[in-house]
Amino acid sequence: MTKISVNKKVFETDSDPSTPMLWVLRDEFGLTGTKFGCGIAQCGSCTIHVDGEARRSCVTPISAVVGKEVTTIEGLSPDSSHPLQKAWIAEDAPQCGYCQSGQIMAAAAMLKKTPKPTDADIDQAMNGIICRCGTYNRVRAAIKLAAMNGGK
Amino acid sequence: MSSRVLKFLVIFIAVGVVAFARFGRFEPVENVAASTAEDPVKARAAFNEAVKVFFSARCSNCHPGGDAPTQGDERRIHDQDVKRGPDGKGVAGMECATCHQAENMDGEGLPPGAPNWHMPPAGNKMVFQGMTAAALCQQLKDPARNGGRKTLKESIHHIETDPLVGWAWNPGNGRSAPPLSQADFLKKLNEWIDAGAACPE
Ligand code: FES
Ligand code: FES
Repeated sequence: MTKISVNKKVFETDSDPSTPMLWVLRDEFGLTGTKFGCGIAQCGSCTIHVDGEARRSCVTPISAVVGKEVTTIEGLSPDSSHPLQKAWIAEDAPQCGYCQSGQIMAAAAMLKKTPKPTDADIDQAMNGIICRCGTYNRVRAAIKLAAMNGGK
Repeated sequence: MSSRVLKFLVIFIAVGVVAFARFGRFEPVENVAASTAEDPVKARAAFNEAVKVFFSARCSNCHPGGDAPTQGDERRIHDQDVKRGPDGKGVAGMECATCHQAENMDGEGLPPGAPNWHMPPAGNKMVFQGMTAAALCQQLKDPARNGGRKTLKESIHHIETDPLVGWAWNPGNGRSAPPLSQADFLKKLNEWIDAGAACPE
């Protein structure tokens, strides 16, 4: 039995320590906000935070998060009040929405370290997060808006 | 002149040359203690063998001249426009560790892993790609460009003990290993140092 702290709650799992967190989050803990896109660290839709840093949960084994704090999109703020979440609504960023929790989690991790990002900072951090609907421009606008509103 | 005096003179001059070189522009590091049997021909031959490892895909992929690492045996630019970042650990929000774990993930197309997966920092890029053997050799001896390692043995120590370097010889998932084993690589590097660490011309 492995204990894992997700969104400040302790969960338990019997899965093998090499199991990727994405499977555990979705299938065992019922936290389905984190999405499966590719399963091989290519798309970014499964991005979560481990001790505040962006991690692709499809390639992050259980063993890598033991003793650490995992945050998923469900835990980014208690009431969807994170500046990024507000900016996402204001800019109407999502299209189908599938990639968006990954986009927001990656952006949140970036803003923690780079609270006043340039366009280049944003592009560099977000380039690897694929959106099949092509919402990139709105995602970038939303990140800028959140940064202006002091968002981390 | 007796052979003892001659020997003394040779050593005296060698030490003098090394001391002079230390004040040169690059302040090259020479291993005085180990240079009793200086043999530039042997040193160059050993380095020319060892350098094949530095130039192999496993080692050079993370030692590019620009800020983009390369990947695969074909050394293509890393997917997702990955960049070095100031400390060599990627950029905020897309660090190396965002995808690369402390060990390989098993399965096709999955990212390789080793503890502290990273590349050299922006301030000391330790470039392997596009270098000649001679240039790489000079760089290794130059603390301003070799990651601040003051002696050659210090550089070798890093190659011997860093698990990320060691990963190159156990890369998994069909990736090629460098052309010499890690032990042979270290042997050649030590030979090079012990023979006076002359660089290829
Ligand atoms: S599902 Fe993890 S990166 Fe695509
Ligand atoms: S909004 Fe549809 S994939 Fe990004």
